[in-house]
Amino acid sequence: MTRDMVLRVVAKLLIPFILLFALYVQFHGDFGPGGGFQAGVIFAAAMVFYAVIYGLDNARRVLPDWLVESMIAAGVLLYLGVGFAGLLLGGNFLDYFVLDPEPVAGQHRGIFWVEAGVAITVSGVMLKIFYLFAGRGTDGEQ
Amino acid sequence: MEALIVNALLALMMVSVVVLARTRNLFAVIVLAGLYSFLMATVMVALDAVDVAMTEAAVGAGVSTVLLLGALHLCRSEEAKPAHKPWLPLAVTATTGLVLVYGTWDLPAFSDAEAPIHKHVAPRYLEEGPRETGIPNMVTAVLASYRGYDTLGETTVVFTAGAGIIALLRRRRRSAADKEAP
Repeated sequence: MTRDMVLRVVAKLLIPFILLFALYVQFHGDFGPGGGFQAGVIFAAAMVFYAVIYGLDNARRVLPDWLVESMIAAGVLLYLGVGFAGLLLGGNFLDYFVLDPEPVAGQHRGIFWVEAGVAITVSGVMLKIFYLFAGRGTDGEQ
Repeated sequence: MEALIVNALLALMMVSVVVLARTRNLFAVIVLAGLYSFLMATVMVALDAVDVAMTEAAVGAGVSTVLLLGALHLCRSEEAKPAHKPWLPLAVTATTGLVLVYGTWDLPAFSDAEAPIHKHVAPRYLEEGPRETGIPNMVTAVLASYRGYDTLGETTVVFTAGAGIIALLRRRRRSAADKEAP
C-alpha cells in the first residue's frame, strides 16, 4: 500500500485534521461531548491510519515502542498523582477542591489532568496492541 | 421520526449480523463487522450519545477492523466447515436471548424520567453540578469529578489490558526468534 499515490496524499491531508479533532475532543470535553477516552482513541486511530498507509516502520519512527509503553503507565500515574496531590494539599484522595484556592478553579484543574491521564493511557494501550498485532509474522510491513 | 431512524438502523444491524453469521469468507466477515460497528455508532448519534458514538466509530469500526485484518494476515481467509451441527450452541444462545428479553419486561420504559435511576443522585448532579464544578458538560463532571474513583478504576483496567497484551504477545515473538537463532 505504500506505493499508492492517492492514498498517501489523502492520508497526508486527513491525518492533521484527525489529530486536531482529537485535541479538540480532549480540551473541549468540559463543554461539548467527549473527554479523555474519546480523545485517546481518536489519536490512536490517526496513528493506526498513518501506519496502515505509510508502513509500521515509519509509525514506529514517529512514536517509538519505548514511548508508547511509557504512555501506558504514565497516564495511570498522572491520574494517581492528581489523587495524591489532593492528599498532600490536605484534602481527600482525588479531592479537587484543594488544588486551587478557588474551589471551582481547583475542579477545573483536577478534571483537566485526570482527563489527560485517561487520554495518555488509552492511546498508549491502543497503539501498543496495534503495534504488537501488526508486527507479528510480517516483520513490520503491512 | 427518531424512533423510525433508530428502528431502521437496528433492522440493518440485524441483517448484517445474519449475513455475517452465514458468510464463510473471513475478509467479508471483517468488513461486515466494521459495517455493524458503524451502524451502532449511528444509532448512538441518533440517541444523542455522541461521545459513545465517537468511541464506537474509532474503536469498533476503525482500530478493531485493522486489528482483525492484521490477524487475517496470519491465517487462511476461508473459514473451515464446522465439524458438528450447531444445534446445542444455537439452543443455548436462543434460550439466553429469550431470558434476556424476558428480563427487559421489568425495565422502566425507554427514556422514562420517573425511572428509579433518575431519582437517586442524578437530580443533585443536575442541580448542584454546574455550581460545584463549573463545568457545563454534565457527563464530564460526573465522570471525572463525582465518579473520579470509578474512572481511575477504568483507566487501571485499560492499563491492565495493555500490560496483559504485552505479556502475551511479546513473549511469543521472542521465543520464535530464539528458535530461529540456533
